[in-house]
Amino acid sequence: MGALSHIRICDLSGQLAGAGATRYLATVGAQVIRVEDPVKQGTWDIVRGAGPFVDDRRGIEFGSGFNNHNVEKLGIALNLREERGKELLRALVAGCDVVTENFAAGVMARMGFSYEELRAIKPDIVYVSNSGFGATGPNTAFKTWGPIVQAVSGLTFSSGIPGEAPAGWGYSYMDHMGADIMAVAILAGLIHRNRTGEGQWIDMSCTEAGTTLVGPDLLDYTVNGRPLRRDGEPDSNHSHAPLRVPHGIYPSEGDDNWVAIACRDDDDWQRMAAVIAEPWATDPRNDTLGERAAVQDALDARIAEWTRARDRFAVAESLRAAGVPATAVARPEDRIDHDPGTSEWGLWPTAHHREMGDVRVDGIPLHFSETDWSIERGGPCLGEHTHQVLSELLGLDDDEIERLAKDGIT
Amino acid sequence: MTGALEGLKVVELASEHAALAGKMLGDLGADVIVVEPPGGHASRAYGPFADDVEDPERSLWWWYYNTSKRGVVLDLTTDAGAAQFRGLVADADIVLEGETPGTLATLGFDHHEMRADHERLIWVSVTPFGSEGTRAHEPATDLTLLAGGGPAWSCGYDDHSLPPVRGGGNQAFHIGSTWAVMGALTAVLAREVTGHGQHVDVSMHAACNVTTEMGTYGYLAGHETVLRQTGRHAMPTISMPTQMRCADGRYVTTGFPPRSQRDFESLLEWIETLGYRDEFPETMLLDLAIERGGVSIAEMSTDDLARDIFGAGREALNFIAERIPAEDFFIGGQTRGLACGVVASPEEAFETEHIKARGFQVEVEHEQLGRAVRYPGAPFLMPASPWRISRRAPLVGEHADHILRRDPQ
Repeated sequence: MGALSHIRICDLSGQLAGAGATRYLATVGAQVIRVEDPVKQGTWDIVRGAGPFVDDRRGIEFGSGFNNHNVEKLGIALNLREERGKELLRALVAGCDVVTENFAAGVMARMGFSYEELRAIKPDIVYVSNSGFGATGPNTAFKTWGPIVQAVSGLTFSSGIPGEAPAGWGYSYMDHMGADIMAVAILAGLIHRNRTGEGQWIDMSCTEAGTTLVGPDLLDYTVNGRPLRRDGEPDSNHSHAPLRVPHGIYPSEGDDNWVAIACRDDDDWQRMAAVIAEPWATDPRNDTLGERAAVQDALDARIAEWTRARDRFAVAESLRAAGVPATAVARPEDRIDHDPGTSEWGLWPTAHHREMGDVRVDGIPLHFSETDWSIERGGPCLGEHTHQVLSELLGLDDDEIERLAKDGIT
Repeated sequence: MTGALEGLKVVELASEHAALAGKMLGDLGADVIVVEPPGGHASRAYGPFADDVEDPERSLWWWYYNTSKRGVVLDLTTDAGAAQFRGLVADADIVLEGETPGTLATLGFDHHEMRADHERLIWVSVTPFGSEGTRAHEPATDLTLLAGGGPAWSCGYDDHSLPPVRGGGNQAFHIGSTWAVMGALTAVLAREVTGHGQHVDVSMHAACNVTTEMGTYGYLAGHETVLRQTGRHAMPTISMPTQMRCADGRYVTTGFPPRSQRDFESLLEWIETLGYRDEFPETMLLDLAIERGGVSIAEMSTDDLARDIFGAGREALNFIAERIPAEDFFIGGQTRGLACGVVASPEEAFETEHIKARGFQVEVEHEQLGRAVRYPGAPFLMPASPWRISRRAPLVGEHADHILRRDPQ
């Protein structure tokens, strides 16, 4: 019995930003019915059939990203170009609490499923849209992917080393955060509905969601008139607010190995200096934050010289043992296969996919004491649950279901 | 009109970890009381400061993360403070805290006991490694969480003599806080059915680990290790650049390359309009793309020509980007239906006509400064129960009179 076993979602969303939101809800018990297009074999979703792969097999059922982001969902195929397909979707919506989608703005309305139309089917429906720029405003038709959202929201610019191009995010951070914030929208919409009986259309602009994640830098601009586009910025491995020195990512022994160290205050520095135990470190001229900040670059160079000759795990362990926040910059294998912080959490559950077999996937980073999440079923193959959903939820008989398949509706 | 979480009472112990979670709950309409220690929470000392005057009431960090909350100061180490805290919790739906595991239990606030006395209570903990386990007491910061949890490995530059990069802006706390809100609201919905609250235990380390896309599932599925690349996805192999420096020195991201026939038609039209049909070396592949009706990602792994065409689309975007100003590229591409973006600084992202038209710029009154301040507004528009900054962040102990003066009956 999951926390949301009483909730059913008609899920037209996909990619990562949409799929990630309903994925979470499915792992805590919501019945998520993902609707895909049989004509295009579900490839509107670019991760359906895209690598990485578990073996040499290729095709729409072998994309591991799709599997990862669609665990615990039911999958049905429905051709929404055809009136009969639309009728079936309407019947499905009538039995759902929530409709989710992350098409480009306007696509749902063009298909005949605007909020007005959805509400006519199910008056208290919670309809949540997640698009790049939202459903209104001059840029509403603009198309985005995660990296574009990150660029236009200020997140890419905020990440980097002075004098270099922006480093940005090496993956679609806003597909994750967009999905998580979309999940918040769905949950808040349900809580409001349960209290008032009222549904609504929640219009999420992923770009605006991204800009809420650069708040203090933005207030420095709106309050003090200080833009982040200025010399010396971005400088995100250092810590200006709060001011902390030393604070950075330093090279260590081996090829492309790194260690992150953050001294929160003078005491942390004293402990770190004691671990280093060399005159340049224990020099009393470095005792206070102000003094260290004044010589930050020189201090960083000294620390890098010290770390470069040492193993990254050994450096981090010696500093942590002294109470200083430090870690090896974790490679995937470090944190997935050799980290009690993830293994004890149960963070990499195995899900069973009909074609791919057993594959480890992302778990959920929270635990509920009473109604915890569960991940067993992998992402659905295209139309894997069409028969089940049409029969059990919509009450269609086998002949009708067979006819729909023959007519290209499913 | 009221917010979606109207009627929910939240008691938040001020922390870096969960401050954004409290703000999100408050902006969504919950009544959030943030409890600070005497003198105010440590994050009030975090800059930048309004008008660059260092003062606990002028920390922009505190301002941003504590909107829509009321504030009280309680010394939980004293009997009086502890009793007042218990009084607040007795009325609360949710307790939100980011204390080091064990700290609150030592002070006499074990959540198991407190929940036993108050069965509807939802208790949300946001800690670096979760409440229990081998690593529960390791010291950690935003930097070490992002570095140890996976994100930093994927972020940085093609030049691997430069270190991996921590994404800016306290994102480990943002990731943890957003999961905390997901957990809290899930528990609220579960409570409507079961009648019981529960403990929601958030590990920021776990949260960072599952916020890394291919960095994680590429390894889980295929034992692939991604390599960081400038301003684009970390991949097991080096991919073509997507972040281009434009003619005006600003950067754009050329996005996800064209795949549909229409995209390739738009791209070719753009190249021709700019007069580069003959100069761009791979125009022929664009013509081919149009002839064959585009390409799909699924074809990439089996069809060499599809891969070449896809690459030519990327080359064409990069070719254009280097020759025109960044904003022209962004608008020129997007008005042709081609997904691309300008790398905007936060202030540039904020000062767009689009954002203004959507009401994302919100004025918040700061009467002690004698002026209103513009804040980023709602991450989503929910018209029946609007997200709203209902008040500026509290001053130290500002609402003690209202909150702590309880009727003796």
